[in-house]
Amino acid sequence: MTDLLRVEDLHVRIGSSHILQGVSFAVPGSGVTALLGRNGAGKTTTLRAILGLVPRTGTVVFDGAELTRRRPYETVQLGLGYAPEDRGVFAGLTVAENLRLAERDREPRYDLVYELFPELRTRAKQPAGTLSGGQQQMVAIGRTLLNDNRMLLVDEPTKGLAPKIVTEVADVLERAAATVPILLVEQNLALVRRLTDRAVLIAEGRVAHTGALSDDPDRLQTLLGVGRA
Amino acid sequence: MSTLVLLTMTGLGLGALYFLIASGLSLIFGLADVLNFAHGLFLGVGAYATWWAGRHLPFPLAVAVGVLVGVVFAVAVELVLIRPLYARPIQQVLVTVGLSAAGVALLQAAWGADPRPFAKPGWAAATTRVLGAVVPNDRFVLIGAAIAVFAGLLLFLRRTRYGLIVRAGVEDRAMVTALGIDVRKAFTLVFAIGGAAAAAAGALAGMYFGSITPGLGGSLLIFAFIVVVIGGMGSVTGCALAAVLVGLVQQFANYYAAAGVGEASVVLLLAVVLLVRPGGLTGRTA
Repeated sequence: MTDLLRVEDLHVRIGSSHILQGVSFAVPGSGVTALLGRNGAGKTTTLRAILGLVPRTGTVVFDGAELTRRRPYETVQLGLGYAPEDRGVFAGLTVAENLRLAERDREPRYDLVYELFPELRTRAKQPAGTLSGGQQQMVAIGRTLLNDNRMLLVDEPTKGLAPKIVTEVADVLERAAATVPILLVEQNLALVRRLTDRAVLIAEGRVAHTGALSDDPDRLQTLLGVGRA
Repeated sequence: MSTLVLLTMTGLGLGALYFLIASGLSLIFGLADVLNFAHGLFLGVGAYATWWAGRHLPFPLAVAVGVLVGVVFAVAVELVLIRPLYARPIQQVLVTVGLSAAGVALLQAAWGADPRPFAKPGWAAATTRVLGAVVPNDRFVLIGAAIAVFAGLLLFLRRTRYGLIVRAGVEDRAMVTALGIDVRKAFTLVFAIGGAAAAAAGALAGMYFGSITPGLGGSLLIFAFIVVVIGGMGSVTGCALAAVLVGLVQQFANYYAAAGVGEASVVLLLAVVLLVRPGGLTGRTA
């Protein structure tokens, strides 16, 4: 399988903290790749560094294009959709305005977004700041699906959501992954296992494991500090 | 009754002037996080360009020239001086303070420190009787201009894509970038809008005060900053409310207490608002 995204020797320093210490991994052009690790391991920073939202050194290549000299908006315009950890919805804008802001393509895929999230159509005029966490997540993922992106970077989409909504988000990610590759940061291992067996595990700013989740369950369990993965 | 009406109209006129300066200042700070101490110079440049053009052209055309010069100057400042310093707030302050001082000195070198009489058109110098009060027409011009700019800004913010980008950028600039939008274009646009409004304020301030000086922008900028803080950083509606409030408080206090009390009252109003609502009257939304 051809790699669509390649990260090599990625370093991020913020203040005196050396957060990413030479992270290297590749993401293939289909399905879901999970980016796992304990809290503070550097997962979110890795996504932000790929986009250029934090100062970085190293090499990031997306579909043959070197990203490290590009500005974040130029990277996104290459077809990298981003749904951040805090959802990044604009509280003072309506749902429709949040979606409209994300439009890049000549023909944004509102049909797809409204099919996956019918609630966004009925709440189009509602300020996004008054939505529940789950609904805000729909806006965040909906924005990435509006354009014909070639890869999605999705950061902890189920964080703080009720179990029923977690299942719905998993359904949406599963459907989305059928058409676009996803690099997914997620703490919910049950959800990860439902979506993929392919994972990159980060520990203390370095890649500690790359491959299948089922390769070495005991080691993964230790690295993640959780019950059996 | 006629005194009340006259004070109200004069206060609203002054508030209109403050709004024209503060609206751009507020948008620039709200979106780009730039405390633009050179904003008063935009006003001065607009005022002198209008004054210069007014010697050759009818007043409305002279104002148009002044506004155009203000826009070009503001855009040049953003592109040349501010853009390289977006991640460096202290340097931004130093550069805008330095530019303001140098700009005022240049205006002074070119046209002298003495006030330059600003010729009003006949209709602006005339008066209109309102509920027994004789109100100079230039107050209506100021209020009309501020209402037009306010309506225009609201239309821009609510009906255009760039307005949407500005409103979103005021909330979370990094996320706007993460949606694939070059937010720097919006920065240039808000500088252009701010420059236009400040230059218009310069032209109308000349009409209101009857003369212009190189330091005119600097003295009005202090009140504009107060309006921005009272209204809420980045909020055009808050700016409008605060400008009206500041203009009226200043006029009424100066008349009913003593000359100079108005300015002190405005500072007191600022302190009260900061204590009760630290985010300003409307908070930080465009």
